[in-house]
Amino acid sequence: MKPLNEIKLNFPSRSANEGFARAAVAAFVSQLDPAVDELADIRTAVSEAVTNCIVHAYPDTIGTVYLTVRLFADGKISIKIRDKGCGIADVKQAMEPLFTTGGEERSGLGFSVMESFTDKLRVSSKKGKGTVVTLEKYIALRESAPSAAKPL
Amino acid sequence: MALRMETESDSLTIWLSGELDHHSARRMREEIDAAVERIKPSRLRLNFADVGFMDSSGIGLIMGRFRLMQLYGGTLEVAGASERIRKVIRLAGLDRLNVLKESGEDLSAKDDSGVPHAGR
Repeated sequence: MKPLNEIKLNFPSRSANEGFARAAVAAFVSQLDPAVDELADIRTAVSEAVTNCIVHAYPDTIGTVYLTVRLFADGKISIKIRDKGCGIADVKQAMEPLFTTGGEERSGLGFSVMESFTDKLRVSSKKGKGTVVTLEKYIALRESAPSAAKPL
Repeated sequence: MALRMETESDSLTIWLSGELDHHSARRMREEIDAAVERIKPSRLRLNFADVGFMDSSGIGLIMGRFRLMQLYGGTLEVAGASERIRKVIRLAGLDRLNVLKESGEDLSAKDDSGVPHAGR
């Protein structure tokens, strides 16, 4: 299925951009008229994924975070967060609750939050090449929605 | 931006505000820890009523302060958290640490325990 609408955003992995990324995604996704809770779930999941890029993918450098958001007519929202950072040695282990390499102040719950606040989470990573996180969330379409754009 | 703080007997209450993510957590953490180390309260209360957003960085902040207070023989309470923030806290299983106070509970006004902390 073709998306109704799509955006691509690239930004440097500076922590100040965590707030920007979730606000930008929330603003775009609002075209599908999500409920307040659905929007909050999306903001939280995006925040986790982008934070992972900043903390883990590019620990000692500033790299680029690539964000793609697609909206579909059936209410599906697909969000892809990609980096060209260090990659994850063991994805399965990284996704275990409470596992972290980020030190005492990181809870190790980023993937758990993404998993529970979205409908689908996919992670693929290559050591030294980077990581792609894909989040999918279905929102309940309402009668009036969407005012969204015509198909591309 | 300085965080609002209030001490009453041996309790320290700190009001967090804005969006709590990895970016903002660092500064909040430094302010909280500096105050705790200066005042050495037997109870630290973090009030989340003015926190509009929190991701798992907030969990890291709460867990870290829980450990810090344990180090001093004190306790931690989390108050004023919205349903949204409680959802993240529950996901982390932090409700089992018994730090979460009911959002309706008035924590700033009075302390009815009347029990002085053993560590002081």
